[in-house]
Amino acid sequence: MRYLTARKRAEGKGASGTGTEHHWYMQVSAVGLALIVPTFLYVFGSALGSSHETVINTFSRPVPALLTGLVLFVGLQHFRKGAQIMIEDYARGITRKILVMFLIIFSYGLTATGLYALAKIAL
Amino acid sequence: MADAKPVERPLSPHLQIYRPQLTSITSILTRITGNALIVAVVLVVWWLLAAATSPEYFATADAVITSWFGDLVMTLSLWAIWYHYLAGLRHLYFDAGKGLDIPTAEKLGWILIGGSVILTIITLLLI
Repeated sequence: MRYLTARKRAEGKGASGTGTEHHWYMQVSAVGLALIVPTFLYVFGSALGSSHETVINTFSRPVPALLTGLVLFVGLQHFRKGAQIMIEDYARGITRKILVMFLIIFSYGLTATGLYALAKIAL
Repeated sequence: MADAKPVERPLSPHLQIYRPQLTSITSILTRITGNALIVAVVLVVWWLLAAATSPEYFATADAVITSWFGDLVMTLSLWAIWYHYLAGLRHLYFDAGKGLDIPTAEKLGWILIGGSVILTIITLLLI
């Protein structure tokens, strides 16, 4: 048992029940993505449209592989939290819950697929 | 006994009531671009998976992503990511409590629109 009053437990949590956690994550991931996205765009854009061999060579190198992995992971987490807000704005009740669940599952599924592909290319 | 009949309350004005403004349009575009980018992410992941699988599968995915329609989607996505990028920076600036007066907010809106187009063109020239 925690010796906290009900009020103390609720303090700072607000209507969301999680305080400013969501907003803070969006700010941190935004700064993180701002640092890596431009380089990723250059690396990916240069690889797009080239031969299979060139693509494999590009993403076998550590920096493009790590960069793409990070952009995918952080980008999709940023997406999932952002899209969740959109769903919460437009849907309510059980529809909202189903959509948010689908969104989270979809985001992790897509991240896993991308990381698997990168690992298979790089290793 | 309390009357169970719901009271007809006036609705607060919503999006279709207000005159579209640069600040509202740029805000809505931030949401649209951010969410629409998922299309590009799905395409890129599929393209990477195809590259990891076999040269034949890669040829199929690459043909789709570099077709005229694929080019259109990827170019629009490039603009979307730059727009969302600048809008995100503006969001951080707003969150710091700065630039919230109307002249500055409008100026930042134009920077988003112009800057995103310029950055898209620069990226297309570089890659």
